[in-house]
Amino acid sequence: MLTNDEYKELLKTARSIRHSVIDTTLKAGGAHVGGAMSMLDILVMLYFKYMNIDVNNPDNPDRDRFVLSKGHAAIGYIPLLAEKGFFDKKLLDSFNKFKSPFGMHPDANKIPGCDASTGSLGHGLPMAVGMALGARIQNKNFYTYCMTGDGELNEGSNWEAAMTAAHYKVDNLLLFIDRNRHMIDGPVEDVMGVEPLADKWKAFGWKVFEIDGHDMNQIADAIEKAHETKDKPVVVIAKTTKGKGVDFMEDETKWHYGAIDSFLGEQAHASIDKMYVEYGLTD
Amino acid sequence: MSKEVTGTTWNVYDANKLTQAEIYGKVLCDLGNKYPNLVGLTADLSKSTKIGLFEEKFPERFINTGIAEQNLFGIAAGMAKTGLLPVVSTMSAFASMRAAEQVRTDICYQNLNVKIIATHGGVSFASAGTTHHATEDIAIMRSFANMTVIVPADGIETANAVRAAMEYEGPVYIRIGRGFEPTYYDKEEYGFQIGKAVDVRDGTDITIIAMGITVLQAAEAADFLAINDGLSVRVINMHTIKPIDKDAIMKAVTETRRIVTVEEHNIIGGLGTAVADVIAESGKGCAFTKIGLKDEFAEIGYPEDLYSYYKLDADGIIEKVREIMGKDFEEDEDWDDEV
Repeated sequence: MLTNDEYKELLKTARSIRHSVIDTTLKAGGAHVGGAMSMLDILVMLYFKYMNIDVNNPDNPDRDRFVLSKGHAAIGYIPLLAEKGFFDKKLLDSFNKFKSPFGMHPDANKIPGCDASTGSLGHGLPMAVGMALGARIQNKNFYTYCMTGDGELNEGSNWEAAMTAAHYKVDNLLLFIDRNRHMIDGPVEDVMGVEPLADKWKAFGWKVFEIDGHDMNQIADAIEKAHETKDKPVVVIAKTTKGKGVDFMEDETKWHYGAIDSFLGEQAHASIDKMYVEYGLTD
Repeated sequence: MSKEVTGTTWNVYDANKLTQAEIYGKVLCDLGNKYPNLVGLTADLSKSTKIGLFEEKFPERFINTGIAEQNLFGIAAGMAKTGLLPVVSTMSAFASMRAAEQVRTDICYQNLNVKIIATHGGVSFASAGTTHHATEDIAIMRSFANMTVIVPADGIETANAVRAAMEYEGPVYIRIGRGFEPTYYDKEEYGFQIGKAVDVRDGTDITIIAMGITVLQAAEAADFLAINDGLSVRVINMHTIKPIDKDAIMKAVTETRRIVTVEEHNIIGGLGTAVADVIAESGKGCAFTKIGLKDEFAEIGYPEDLYSYYKLDADGIIEKVREIMGKDFEEDEDWDDEV
C-alpha cells in the first residue's frame, strides 16, 4: 500500500504529465493520445517509485530497464521522461519537427532515458526478454519492465517471446498489458480478439495478475507481487481506459490517433483537472 | 600470404578435417575465453550451424529460442543493450527474411553490437529447395544502414571474419555455406581486413570479382585461362560486400577494363550490383557482366549440379570470360576526360 503522501505525489505527477501530453499533442500537430493516456499511470508508478534509474547517469549499466513495446504511445512516454528530468521540458516543443529527437515512435539513440527504439509492434517483449537474460548472464540484479498494447498481442513474436521467457524461467521481467480494448480499426475483440487473455498467458507458463490500470494502489501492489515471484515471468493485465482523463477521448476508438486545436486543448486540460479533483487532489 | 589453390577436396585445418561451419564453431569457443561478454544464440539449429560447439563449452552463455527467429534477433538486440556481445547463428534464409525486420529495426536502427553468422547461404542447401536457399540475403542485408556484410571464401576466411567482427563495432552479417564447401586458403595469415579486398591472382586482361565459394572457382578458371587462352586474369576476393572496396574495383577498371562478377546470389542487389554502382558513379566505362542467378529461384539438385548449372563453377566462369573477351568495346587511352 502507498502512503497517503506518496499516493498524492504520484497523482500530481500523473496530472502534470497528462497536461504535458495535451500541450505536446497540440504543438506536434497530432499524436497517439488515447493509448498514451491509458498506460500513463503505470509508467508513473514505475518511473517515479520503483525503477532504479538516475537522470544524471541515464546509461548506468546497472539501471532498471523499461521497453515501451507500444512505441506509438511515445506521446505519453517522452513527456514523462521530461517530467522525470532526463531533459528539459522545453525540448518537447520540437516534437515531430525536423531533426527533433522526438517523433511518433521513440528513438533510444536520441532520447536520454529511453532504453529501446520501438514502434513496430511485437518487438518490445523479445528485446525485454533479452535484457532480462542479459542481467542474469552477467549476474546483475537490474529488473526489466515492458509495456505492450492489447491489439499488439495479435503479433506472433510476442508469443514466441512468451514461450522463451517461461522456458528460461525469466523472473526478473515484468510485462504490463495496456488492456484499453481498442486498436486502429475498432474494438480489439471485434478486429482480432485476444480473449481469454489471462488463460492464454497462464497456458504459456506465466504468473498473471489482473488489475485496474488506473488504480495507483493496485499497480503498486502488482509490482511488489511480481518482484516476489520466483522462477516464472509475470504479466499484469491492466484494464485501462483509452484516453483516460480526457472526457471526449475516453473509450473512443477514433482517439487512437488525433490532432487537437486550442479549443479542444482547453477542454482536455479542464477535463484532466476535473478528474484529479474527483480523486481528491485540491491543489 | 597464401595464394595456393587447395583443390576440391576438404582441406586440413588444425590437423583435423573440419567443415567451414565447424571451423567457426571452434573459433567461437576460443573467442569465448577472450570475450567474457560473448553469448551464443540460435533457433533450434545449434547442430546444423555448429554454434553448438560454443554451447557445449559455455552452456550458461547460450540461448536456444526454439524455432522462433523473430524472437531470436529481438532477444539478441536486448542482450546487446545490456553490454553482451551476441553471436547469432541460423540459416541465411531465416536470418535475412523471416527476421528481416528485427535485424533491421531492433539491431541496425539501434546500431547494436550483434554478430550474425548466417549459414546455408546461397544455394548451398541445394536439394532442400528454394525455402532453404538464400539468394536474396546480401541484397537485403546491405540495404540496412549500419550493417556490415561479409561473405567469406571458405572456412579459414570465416575464422578470420568472425575474429575481425568481434573487434568491429556494430552489426555484422557473415554469410557462409552449409559447411561442406572446399577450402581455398590453407592458413589464416594473408592479411584479412574487413572492407579490404584480397588479390587472389594478378592480371591485366580481365578481372573476376568473386565472393564466397566462387573465389576458389575463379582462381581455377584464371589458371586454366592463362594456360589455354594465354589470358592474364586478375581475381579479387571481395569478401566484404559492404563497405565495398572501391579502390580495388577502380584499380581493376582502369588496369583491366573488363570485369566479371561471380556471386551465389540473385544478380539483382548483390555483389554485381554493388560493383556496378561503384563503376557507374566513377564515370569510367568498362566491359562488365554478372554471373549469378538471373532473377530466378534455383532448381533442386546437389550443390555441384547447381553451381555448374548457374555457371558459378570454374567451367561457367571460363565460358563467361571468353564471352566478354570476345566483345568489342570502345577503348580510349586517355580516361581523364571521362571523369
